Amino acid sequence: MSELSNLNITSARENLLKKEISSVELTNYYIGKIEENKGLNCYITQTPEIALKMAKKSDEKISGGLDIGILEGIPIGMKDLFCTNGVKTTAGSRILENFIPFYESTVSKNLWDNGAVMLGKTNMDEFAMGSANTTSFFGNVENPLKEKESIKKLVPGGSSGGSAAAVASGQCLGATGSDTGGSIRQPASFCGLVGLKPTYGRCSRFGMVAFASSLDQAGPLTKSVNDAALMLQAMSGYDQKDSTSSKNRVPNFLDYKNLDLKKIKIGLPKEYIIEGLNSQIKECWENSVKLFKDNGAEIIDISLPHTEFALPTYYIIAPAEASANLARYDGVRYGFREKADELLDLYECTRSSGFGDEVKRRLMIGTYVLSAGYYDAYYLKALKVRKLIFNDFENAFKKCDLILTPTTPNVAFGIGEKQNDPIEMYLNDVLTVPASLAGLPAISVTGGLNDKSLPIGLQLIGKPFDEVSVLAGGKFLEDSREF
Amino acid sequence: MGLEVHAQIKSNSKLFSPASTDWGAEPNSQVELVDSGMPGALPVINEYCVDQAILTGLSLNAKINNISIFDRKNYFYPDLPQGYQISQFEKPIVGEGSLIIDTNHGQKKIGITRLHLEQDAGKSIHDQDVKNSFIDLNRSGCALMEIVSEPDLRSPEEVAEYVKKLRSILRYVGSCDGNMEKGNMRADVNVSVRKIGKPLGTRCEIKNVNSIKFIQQAIEYEAKRQVEILEQGELIKQETRLFDPNKCETRSMRGKEESHDYRYFPDPDLPPLIISENKIQNLKKTMPELPDKKKERFIENYSLKNYDAEILVSDKYIADYFEELAETRQPKLVVSWLTGELFSYLNKKNIELSDSKISAQKLGSLIDLISDGKISNRQAKEVFEDYLKSDKNANDFIKDKGIEQISDQAEIEDLVKSVLQKNAKMVDDYKSGKDKLFGFFVGQVMKESKGKANPQVVNNLLKELLSK
Repeated sequence: MSELSNLNITSARENLLKKEISSVELTNYYIGKIEENKGLNCYITQTPEIALKMAKKSDEKISGGLDIGILEGIPIGMKDLFCTNGVKTTAGSRILENFIPFYESTVSKNLWDNGAVMLGKTNMDEFAMGSANTTSFFGNVENPLKEKESIKKLVPGGSSGGSAAAVASGQCLGATGSDTGGSIRQPASFCGLVGLKPTYGRCSRFGMVAFASSLDQAGPLTKSVNDAALMLQAMSGYDQKDSTSSKNRVPNFLDYKNLDLKKIKIGLPKEYIIEGLNSQIKECWENSVKLFKDNGAEIIDISLPHTEFALPTYYIIAPAEASANLARYDGVRYGFREKADELLDLYECTRSSGFGDEVKRRLMIGTYVLSAGYYDAYYLKALKVRKLIFNDFENAFKKCDLILTPTTPNVAFGIGEKQNDPIEMYLNDVLTVPASLAGLPAISVTGGLNDKSLPIGLQLIGKPFDEVSVLAGGKFLEDSREF
Repeated sequence: MGLEVHAQIKSNSKLFSPASTDWGAEPNSQVELVDSGMPGALPVINEYCVDQAILTGLSLNAKINNISIFDRKNYFYPDLPQGYQISQFEKPIVGEGSLIIDTNHGQKKIGITRLHLEQDAGKSIHDQDVKNSFIDLNRSGCALMEIVSEPDLRSPEEVAEYVKKLRSILRYVGSCDGNMEKGNMRADVNVSVRKIGKPLGTRCEIKNVNSIKFIQQAIEYEAKRQVEILEQGELIKQETRLFDPNKCETRSMRGKEESHDYRYFPDPDLPPLIISENKIQNLKKTMPELPDKKKERFIENYSLKNYDAEILVSDKYIADYFEELAETRQPKLVVSWLTGELFSYLNKKNIELSDSKISAQKLGSLIDLISDGKISNRQAKEVFEDYLKSDKNANDFIKDKGIEQISDQAEIEDLVKSVLQKNAKMVDDYKSGKDKLFGFFVGQVMKESKGKANPQVVNNLLKELLSK
């Protein structure tokens, strides 16, 4: 058996099934790693007792050889916006600081039903609003990676920063994330991981604390593409509790292995060569194009003409939906409540001190763009542009099977940087947001390292419900990169 | 005037959650995640409620929209757990329709603007504690139909007729109990005044009026208030007002400037509601006969007067009750007993027929005795209340009371003969042409029989014997 620290989901699974290691042993190892790495602040809540109980149950199943789930005995981290029955779920916010759900999100339930073991709830930007995991009420998360010969603390990306840093630092084998505008792909890119945002509707949103309902989608953060396929398999499926979840048949995601990439058509959108795209990232992107080409793929120049409008569109639609989704946090029924004598004071004081600045900023933007007199100019127009962006992709996919782009314009930056300029922070999402608006599956896989040995993420966007091709493309990048 | 009627759909579960809708349950005992706005809760449409809205739309001769959209109506209120109400704004499930009311000047068509589906809010309770208010979320998420009329109504009476007719239709279709006391039907009333022939004036909206009587009172007060303002040369301020039934007046609640900006936008948790033509046709097939059609049929089949038919069909329970009675009986006699005697009895008791536990069989057996001549109409009226209170059938009841009518020819003939003998002089007078005395003889016979003699038989025998 290989070193515990080298395990990923795929190899750990083999070892577990061969009974070379028990889930309890594995779980104890990760509980120790979490203690060791507390400084990175990856977890908001640790659940070692639950983990060991689950691990024991998995070991029994494995030794009995019956009813073994896809992720049987695999310890994972759960982003703290998936409601977990009896376990505190905060969404990174003070307003849910002590909120303990009495119900289970469908995604987490699917994972537990498939044998996954919960190590704890991972840190995240407050209500998934952020690109650096610096907006959490529970403190910043630190990226375990550092620039070569530097001690500067870097951000892990966001909003699934706790999940990404936990996987990258070996505090779990994989973790769930949620992606609204890039919240899985961007941290995966910053931490050198695989991050997969499935097609909108592939995973149920039931029990997932909502940020922007028409965009939110759960997905895995893992060390390998195969791990991502396994985890997604366990998470996916139609759920009658979510009216937007898809009844599309869930394929066997491991079928990605059977896809012949020699005949695949890779689209290159010229609009993604944006101003401010880091030159080393551009180089890495170009290099990966060459790899695909050398492998026999056909490279096709495509145009996604409305790309430049994606970011402003996103920053209208997402805050608009959030402004309504977060209205329920009013201090009346559950969660944090500030003392007040009058009803209006109760609302104002609770929400003023319960929400952080970034959340408040977005709630104000969202309220504004939906207001009488501004609705048509902002929200309605944004909906129209969103449709145009969707059409762009639809047209592009008549010519190609996958679209290859960088995941982010820059690599991981220092904690505290870009904090004073929200626009600069929002630019982190400029390359991930279009696929979110179109609801398309997209993966981020490390394509290479920059001169400071920080990972560069490349993104592959696929047709609706074609995660299999996305995984296949990702696997090719994973296998052909040179570092 | 125009009305926005909120009708709670009669359904076992809520519009977007499986929680029960039973009335009067323990507070907060019928609440699912969506109804209490828990994090990560998602709404799932209740197809039954959709069907009820479609049926109601069809019964209002309205267009059913094949695609409709659920929107979020955003505002903060303690009994609104999500911080928004799921409603329909630009694209309601039901479009334009109409409804016919009877007025003093004949029938009038009232336009229906739209019908849409929405969630009800919970209830704030302020009278349980000095310092705290409580919230009951049992009603939160219950399905409402908001039915909006055109401003076609011209008097408080027309408005009352409109509400009665609408309630009757809802009950026929079964989509709403229409019980205003329980709050499962309530109305926002828009009132404006104008000089005859001039365009409609500025309107005020009176919120949440919950009885037909209050609606009429509110309109009367409000119209008078507006006329007084105009006559003083001032202008009406568009505003939302509340009706205070104790003082019988309306009060300003908030002006137009303070009106909420509800920031409606499509609810991203719910895909557009698609209704196929096929579904509409299938629902059409299940539609019951509606009051207007039933009225036509009653007039046609039972030769009823318009007025009587109108009363009978106003309530499906009454209409069915009537049909059960009239199946084997003379319709005119049935109508007179049902709408006359029985209704005045119920009015006195202040109960509805449906709550009265008086079966059609009970009333029917009494009517049968009248038709069979076993008891006179007058006698029946005299004992009616006692009969209703008793648990005997009509036959036993009149036997016990000893009021069974005498129809036996021989028995009555003896009586008649005896009366004629006792009044020989009068008989001579009669025979010499004083026809009017006939009534005297009838009276005497009835008196002798203690009112039990069948008057028809008495009449016939008297005529026969007097002509000898």
